[in-house]
Amino acid sequence: MDVAVITPTLRAKDYKSEVAPVWCPGCGHFAVLSAVTKALAHLKLAKERVAMISGIGCSSRLPAYVDAYGFHGIHGRALPLASGLKAARPDLTVIVAGGDGDGFSIGGNHFLHACRRNMDLTYIVMDNEVYGMTKGQASPTTQPDWAKSKLTPHGTGMRPFLPTAIALAAGASFIARGFAGDPNGLTKLLVEAIEHPGFAFLQVLSPCQTFRPEQKEWKHLVHPADTAPTDDPVEAARFIQADDGMALGLFYVRRLPVWQPQNQPTATPADLEREFVL
Amino acid sequence: MTERSTLDGGAALAITGSGGSGAVTAGLILLAAVGRAGYYGLLGRSAGPQIRGGESAAMLRFGPRPIECMGDRFDLLVGLDWENVARFADELPLDRNSLILTDAQAGPIPEILVRSGAQVRSLPWKALADGQTEGRVNMVALGMVGAMLGLPPDALEAGARATLGGKGGRVLAHSLECIRSGYAAADAQSSSVPSSALAPAVARWNISGNEAAGLGGVRGGVRFVAAYPITPASEVLEWLAPRLELLGGSLLQAEDELASINMIIGSSFGGVPSLTATSGPGLSLMVEGLGLAVASETPVVVVNVQRGGPSTGIPTKSEQSDLNIALYGLHGDAPHLVLAALGIRDCIDTVAWAVGLAEHLQTVAIVLSDQILGQSRAIVDPPGDRAFGAGETPHLQRLIARDADPDHRRYRPTPDGVSPMALPGLAGGMYTGEGLEHGPGGAPSSRAIDHAEQLDKRLRKLTGFDYGPGWAEIRGEGDHVLLTWGSAAGPVFEAAERLRDSGTPTRAIALRLLAPLQREALLEAIGSAGSILVVEQNQTAQCFAYLHSQQALPAHARSYARPGPLPLRPGEIMRALTESAEREET
Ligand SMILES: Cc1ncc(C[n+]2csc(CCOP(=O)(O)OP(=O)(O)O)c2C)c(N)n1
Ligand code: SF4
Repeated sequence: MDVAVITPTLRAKDYKSEVAPVWCPGCGHFAVLSAVTKALAHLKLAKERVAMISGIGCSSRLPAYVDAYGFHGIHGRALPLASGLKAARPDLTVIVAGGDGDGFSIGGNHFLHACRRNMDLTYIVMDNEVYGMTKGQASPTTQPDWAKSKLTPHGTGMRPFLPTAIALAAGASFIARGFAGDPNGLTKLLVEAIEHPGFAFLQVLSPCQTFRPEQKEWKHLVHPADTAPTDDPVEAARFIQADDGMALGLFYVRRLPVWQPQNQPTATPADLEREFVL
Repeated sequence: MTERSTLDGGAALAITGSGGSGAVTAGLILLAAVGRAGYYGLLGRSAGPQIRGGESAAMLRFGPRPIECMGDRFDLLVGLDWENVARFADELPLDRNSLILTDAQAGPIPEILVRSGAQVRSLPWKALADGQTEGRVNMVALGMVGAMLGLPPDALEAGARATLGGKGGRVLAHSLECIRSGYAAADAQSSSVPSSALAPAVARWNISGNEAAGLGGVRGGVRFVAAYPITPASEVLEWLAPRLELLGGSLLQAEDELASINMIIGSSFGGVPSLTATSGPGLSLMVEGLGLAVASETPVVVVNVQRGGPSTGIPTKSEQSDLNIALYGLHGDAPHLVLAALGIRDCIDTVAWAVGLAEHLQTVAIVLSDQILGQSRAIVDPPGDRAFGAGETPHLQRLIARDADPDHRRYRPTPDGVSPMALPGLAGGMYTGEGLEHGPGGAPSSRAIDHAEQLDKRLRKLTGFDYGPGWAEIRGEGDHVLLTWGSAAGPVFEAAERLRDSGTPTRAIALRLLAPLQREALLEAIGSAGSILVVEQNQTAQCFAYLHSQQALPAHARSYARPGPLPLRPGEIMRALTESAEREET
């Protein structure tokens, strides 16, 4: 982060835009929005130096609700759009937000490559184990026996995608899990994610009130991670594989080379043209 | 109608050989040499299906005037060896006036080439090469052919230096020895080809279409590129990657084309003019992203170097069959620009212009090039300073919002449809780029009135713009019109000129801007022509159908369309026009 862009006086609500969220009452995504604005205020980031990037889904509506620059792109492609922006504009704080369908299904390949590219981005995935926007189909993180969708009347029959394990295997340098029902913990993790130099992956358990009402129980199931964050990928892998999917906290953080072009011009197109002259 | 290899003076030759024979290297040196001898030249290449090291052919046509396409036939075929060369036979039209040069030691000439009736002369290349340290047959043959073509020895040597310079002193030194020995040995052999060339007033360029497209991009202001490798577009990227760094920009190799198109939308949103290059399969993956760029009014340029399709098709050979996807591939009503480069040198200007137009009109520009332009090299006159005002005139730059602007609504309708674009960092201009339909301020909206207003804005900014004379290149006058687009312009221009010379007044019109179609200007250029033939290299007459759908063609216009991979040749177009005009009369 660039010290020169810090601005002193804003409060969390100053980072909220005037656009009213389309989310259902009780949707976990409200808490994520609130944590984002709190984290931005805590970090005193100048709004015009922040860009919120998303794809498509209920969760991906978030950028329009933040008073900053933003881009609401297409389904699954938020990470490449954000990577291009960050490559061209390293001065910006770029935060990517979306859902488990957007990030792990249609955008799964980009997730792998964003982890290994390790650009200085924050990636928030609001995981509700369902496609909310398209009215309740199974997502990659849905349990195999969840049979409430007409598309998968017998459940998916597939083991769920393990976002933190895959992030680790793909080379992410910051892996954490937060919960929409724990706004303070979530804000703290977001602040750390934004401050982390490199690709920070934050899975947020964000209940879908409408299509997964049973997720109300999550507040009884979540628990703090029982170890401190490690920088050892082997230890992190052991922890993540043993995890019940409900541990909260920062699991793994490691300083890895950040991919960021920083070229200064030393030539003009006219200089380059000389190579063609006979 | 006589088949021609060249337009007054010069010659057309092909060099063939198996993998490792150095046929293409010899062609590159010869091109550089004819350029230094004062000729224009065009070097095409053809490769077998092998990934690396298969048989290949280099095809060179040169002469005292700009060379814009391959001719109808070859004067000379230089066969370094004959392994698998029969695969190229249909790309190497020979006749009784052609001469095959080979070394009897290279084995028997394939029957299919012998049947052309070409004369054959065996030359002692192998023996001469064996007499040199690390002697190479291709270099000996090159020296000998250079002498037979009447090229000055210093032009050949300079060509070799320019081409082999990077290979280290020893390779160059041995190659020069071989070239000299071949050249000296040729004195005994008679030269069959006339030579005449003048030293040019300005130094000419030696450039490929793919390099030219890259250069056009940076001339237009591009400083960020994201792309995924694909034949035959990769050289655009290879040229750009190190050079963008020198210009303070960068190239990002993406995980796929879904990523690359979205990456350049992101960088362009950040204010940096951005481009990607691909070929048909990649363009297919990009179209959803292109719709996002149209809807969010984010300028991006896609250079699509076409190859034979559909699917993986013929990846190494040319075809003009992506016009339909470029025009119609996007879902929804998504007006955007489609341009086509009319030649190797024109890749510079067309891409630079496309960048300027995309930037100014805040939209998508797809530039269609193809394998035959992209992977051929030519000796050309240096391009003008700027293409149709690209990169310089304000009407070809992005309209950027400033803090002082009274109205910061990103998508506010304006008289010309273009609204100032705030860049991140500008405190007063914050907005969310939006692929959902939106109101003037950018907030998502599904109201009919907003949809109508934004659709109209996005169409009006393209249709109301004055594109000036760059929409087409028009040559000659006549009651016959050859109408074409993209790389078919080269053979069409030559066909029209030869028709005029032989008493059939023919006008050639080559479209550079395909969408939005400059219909009025096109109808005016066609005038009251008695016969009109639309020429293109695809099966389904994509341009012909498009022009008809736009009511931009008189009813008596006819189509000459055929697929690749064989290049369109001027003689074939002349025959097609004559036949079509005769049908018109009967
Ligand atoms: C290319 C494409 N395919 C399908 C869709 C339909 N679609 C919109 S959102 C969505 C899934 C959203 O689920 P998720 O990302 O988990 O977000 P949530 O709505 O649950 O927050 C789908 C399938 C689309 N918009 N684009
Ligand atoms: S459908 Fe679910 S995810 Fe979408 S807004 Fe409603 S509660 Fe939230």
